Parts: sequence; structure tokens; C-alpha cells
Amino acid sequence: MTKISNVSLTVIRPKKGWQTLNLKELINCRELLFFLAWRDIKVRYKQTVLGVAWAIIQPFFTMVIFSLFFGRLAKIPSEGIPYPIFSYAALVPWTFFANGLNQASNSLVGSANLIKKVYFPRLAIPIASVLAGVVDFILSFIVLIGMMAYFGFFPTYNVLWLPLFLLLALTTSLGVSLWFSALNVEFRDVRYTIPFLTQFWLFSTPIAYPSSLLSEPWKTIYGINPMVGVVDGFRWALLGTSTPPGLAMIVSAAAALILLISGAFYFRRMEKNFADVI
Amino acid sequence: MNDIAIHVEGLSKKFYIGRLQQKHRTLRDNLADAFVAPFRRAGKLLRGQTTGAAELDETIWALKDVSFEIKRGEVVGIIGGNGAGKSTLLKVLSRITEPTIGFAEIHGTVASLLEVGTGFHSELTGRENMYLNGAILGMKRDEIDRKFDEIVAFAEVEKFIDTPVKHYSSGMYLRLAFAVAAHLEPEILIIDEVLAVGDANFQKKCLNKMQDVGQEGRTVLFVSHNMPAVTRLCPRTILLNKGKVLADGPSHKVVSVYMGSEKAVKAERKWTDITETPGDDVVRLLAIRVRTEDGEITEAVDIRKPIGIEMEYEVLQPGHIFMIYFHVVNEEGVKVFTSLDNDHVWRQNPRSAGDYVSTAWIPGNLMPEGIFFITPGIRTLNPNTPRLRVADAVAFQVIDSLDGDTARVDFTGDLPGIVRPLLQWKTQFNHRKIHK
Repeated sequence: MTKISNVSLTVIRPKKGWQTLNLKELINCRELLFFLAWRDIKVRYKQTVLGVAWAIIQPFFTMVIFSLFFGRLAKIPSEGIPYPIFSYAALVPWTFFANGLNQASNSLVGSANLIKKVYFPRLAIPIASVLAGVVDFILSFIVLIGMMAYFGFFPTYNVLWLPLFLLLALTTSLGVSLWFSALNVEFRDVRYTIPFLTQFWLFSTPIAYPSSLLSEPWKTIYGINPMVGVVDGFRWALLGTSTPPGLAMIVSAAAALILLISGAFYFRRMEKNFADVI
Repeated sequence: MNDIAIHVEGLSKKFYIGRLQQKHRTLRDNLADAFVAPFRRAGKLLRGQTTGAAELDETIWALKDVSFEIKRGEVVGIIGGNGAGKSTLLKVLSRITEPTIGFAEIHGTVASLLEVGTGFHSELTGRENMYLNGAILGMKRDEIDRKFDEIVAFAEVEKFIDTPVKHYSSGMYLRLAFAVAAHLEPEILIIDEVLAVGDANFQKKCLNKMQDVGQEGRTVLFVSHNMPAVTRLCPRTILLNKGKVLADGPSHKVVSVYMGSEKAVKAERKWTDITETPGDDVVRLLAIRVRTEDGEITEAVDIRKPIGIEMEYEVLQPGHIFMIYFHVVNEEGVKVFTSLDNDHVWRQNPRSAGDYVSTAWIPGNLMPEGIFFITPGIRTLNPNTPRLRVADAVAFQVIDSLDGDTARVDFTGDLPGIVRPLLQWKTQFNHRKIHK
């Protein structure tokens, strides 16, 4: 007898129904995840004139427009905070969410060639897309810090909670992206739905207006939109607005988690057909 | 001890190919359908069925009940016509797509190269793409770090490693891509036609690298249309046809099945039954065979070695002068040459009755690669009378080598020509005289 082999065994057979998430495999390919995200970051602003400035221009000019029309003209209340920073503090996580959603939803179709030629956990593709947005987030966040200094806001200990709110935005973005990216493989309708949905979602999130316009119990129900929790959380942590996050935040977190988990399972279920259909 | 690398059983894969035409549809039906179908599709989708219209679709079995076993360290070629299921098989084995029925067990780590340069991004530099591509193919970062110089040297792109690959020539691009792939160290390597890249020199390098891979005890699965390459590289070949395994065995045999499925490629033919023996009451052919120098009867012959064509016949009527000959015909039906028995004793003397064996030696380094059919014949002279002739009685396949000592030297591509003699070359160098 020669040495007993300890080679890995892979069994390939048809899979039916729901699959496990196989997170172990996903963790094993974290280097790939890193390289995919890194590629997205490197390539995103290649051959553009303004380059990385785009990461700031987008939320910044939206803030300018919002301040003009909603702040100046419509005189929408902003909880006693200067309207520009009130809206910008919300636009920073919103842009992270919306861009992540947009990029990740199209990520599978954009990586059709990879999917047809190489095996690796497909979840890595949308995850990397969303993660790549973190760099843009940091850049626009730096501007936010500058604005806070300009308007004279100094963060309290509340700011320690900020990473959690960012995580909530990431969870929401990824959860929706997993659904859409998997659907997009078979139904390219998704591509046309996203701009429309993002716009709709923007106005159902308290970005141009404060969530304090709503009273209970509507305020809590409003939390079903996880971005409500994110935006309120950002304002509370950075600008010290209104009340600390309460029930609405828990609803938001639960909603985001449900989106992520259901999205991941749906993705895994549809995954087996990606290479054939894409 | 388990020495199996790949075990495939009953593997089948069904594809949907477009919708069947439906008759008698009215505009009203179509409109109603347009409204209802999205909801029906959405419902089915949520229940996990892929295509809402699946039952209306025509299906095709790209793979049907494929079973085989590959031992560790085996290098196996997979051949077949277009649509035979080769690529689908590789995709299933690389876990890119999943089988409809059946299963495959794979023992060991797999790297599959279905394409060179998968995931390369034109905006990234050569260096960046190396890391990205390596990660996609399953290499760890420190593994790439370790092999970095080796890969760059192999690809011969040292000067341009920090240039975006969109500025590369297509040759450089492919060399770099293949170099990354060639440095993978999986236990099982699955390759699809990727050798069709680069110039001849680079092909040679790749083929050598692949041979090294095989010698390191790695299992290799190699899909190709290039039959000579398959016979050179793979001792064993599987022939697929319409999704099924048509033949599985030694490459030269399987390739000959594929090449001349209507003509049998056999090294020996014997006639034992008197009624079927070719010939007449003067002479009868008893057997004809293809031999090597060692006396082995074989269809597969090394291009460098002489090939013996041996005819065994029985003279029934004494007193005739015989002319023993054969034609050699290649796969395209071209008569390559005809050879006559020139034995100095018998060529002018009448023979007595009895059994004879005549052997002719085709020298090594004359025939090109490919399959050749032998048509033997016997005539009597004065008057010239045909006695027997058996078209394509036996055949043999000439296999070239990559050792560099054949007429192809280090060239790995398709070497044209009806013969392939190894000629004596001599190259002289003369200093150029500069007149001032």
C-alpha cells in the first residue's frame, strides 16, 4: 500500500431546491473577493477626466440642488440644522447604497464571461461590487467631515455607532442586489427597473426631509425601509439630531437582515443556471 | 488506496434551445399572453423553476449517459466533432454548469482552463492582471508572489509588465495569460483548446509545460481538435459523439476510429477460411500485417522507426514468376507510393509451390503523421496477370514526437506535406564583408 491519500473529494450532481449558503467556501475565496473589489475600484474612473472626483461630485451636487429647491424654496424643515449638512449627511450613505445597488445588480451580467469560464462562488461577484463602493463612501465622507467643521458640528460619543449604520446600509444594498443580480441574469428587465426604483426609494427615504415629520405608529412602520434607519442613524451619530434610534431602527435592521438572508438563499438557488442562461 | 481522480457516471445534461413554434395563435391570444405571462413566469420563478416557458421549449441532450473513470496521473484527450459535448463535459467537470442527471466525483483540486485570460481587464497592467487572473483561477496571493518572476519570464513580457494590457500585442496578451495558467499547480488540470495560441515557439513551450505537468503525476483532461497533438500528448483518448462516449482507449486507436470510422484501422489481417482467402488457384494471400522492428504487430508507429509490411502467401501452382507489391494510401486517398518486391533471388526465378513471407521495410523518418492504408497485390509475369488485390487491407498510424529529433524539429503546428523525410541540413555562417 502506498500512502493514504488525503485529497479533497468533490461530488458534482444535480441540485434541487434550496441550497445552503456555503459560507465556508465564500470565506476561502476572500482573496478573490478582494481582487474583484480592487479591480472594480481601479477600473471605475479609468479614462475619465475628473477621475475619482466623481465620487464626491455626485452626492455634493445633489446636496446643492436639494438645498436650493427643498431647503430654500420649499422651506422643508431640517430639525434646526443647516439644510446643506442635513441633506448631505443623508446623501453620503444614500449614494453608497444606491451606487452599490446599481453596480451589483448589473455585476453578474457584466461578468458573464467569468461565469461561463471559471468556477468560484458566484456570491463573490455582487459582494465585491458593493464593497468596492466603500472607497467612494470614504471620499464623500471626508467632504462631510469638512462640512461638519465648517458648520461647527463636533461629533459626540454617538459617532462610535456610525460603523453599525454603515453596516446596515451595506446589508441593505447587498440584500437588494442579491435579488436583483440573480433576477437580472434571466430577466434583463431588471436593468430598466433599477433607475426607476432608486428614484422612488430616494423619496421614500428621509433624505430631503426629516423622519420626524411622521408620528407614531407610522414612524415605526416607516422603518420597514431600512434606509430610514441608516439615514436617521447617520444624522443622529454625526449631527446629534432628535431622538436616539429606537423601535424604527430595530425594524430597519430586521428588514435589512431579512432582505440579505432571503436574497442570499434566492441567489444560491438560481446560481446553478447562471452559466447556461446568462 | 484510492487511485481514481475522476469518476463519472451516467452524466447527462439537457439544454433548452428556443421555443417550439405554436400554431393557430391569434392576436387576442398573444395580447392575453403578454399580460398574463409575466405573472405566471414570476410565480414559477419564485417556486424555483428556471424558465417559465420550459415545457414549451425544445430540448437537446448535450451529454447523454456519459460514464468513465480516470486514474490519478493519467493524461486523457477528449475528441469529437462540433456539438459532440466536449465543452459541456468540461464545464460540468469544472462545476461551471451542473448536470441534469448523473454525477461525477473528483478527487483532488481542479483548475480548468476553458479559455486563456479569463477575467483579464484591458485597463489593468500586466502585473495587476496576473494577480487578478491568478486569484480567479484559484491561486493564492503568496503563490503568485513566489512565482512572479518565473511567470513573467515564461511570458517574455518583462519590459511591459507595468503597461496596461490594452497596449499589448495580441501575442503578448495571450502569452501572459497562458503563463499564469501554466503555473497553476492543481492535482487535476482541465484544458480546452487553449494551445491554439501564440506563435510556434510559444506553443512548443506550452506543450512542453503540459508534458511536464503530466510527468509530475498530475491528471490532465485535454480537449482538442488537433489529432496529432492528442496522439502526441495523451496516451488515452475518449471520443464523444452526440453527447455519448463512442470510444475510449489508447489514443491512436480512438483517433483512428474518429478519422476513418468507415474504414477499420487494423494492423493485421488473416484469412483462415479458404473460401474467403483472396487469390486464385495460382496464389492466395494468407495474411498481411504491420510490424515494428521488434516484431510487434501494431497500428501505432513512431515516426522515427522503420515500418515492416509483411505479406504471407501460398503459391499453389509452381512455375510462375511473381510480382509482389503494395500501395500506400493516405487519409485523403492520395496514393503515397507503390513498392514492389525486389528480392534478387525471386524476382526472376519461377517459384515452387509452398508458403512464402515477404517483408518490406518503410524507413523511419519518411512518412508524415497520420493514418495510412495498405493495399497489397500479387501478379504473375509473362504474361502480366493480376492474381489478387485487397484494397485497404491493413492500416497504421504514424505518430510524431516532440523530442526534437524528427523532421518537425521544434515546430509544434501542422506540418504539411505528403512525406516527411528527415534531411541533412547544414548552415554556414559567413562574416559579411564590409567594403569601405
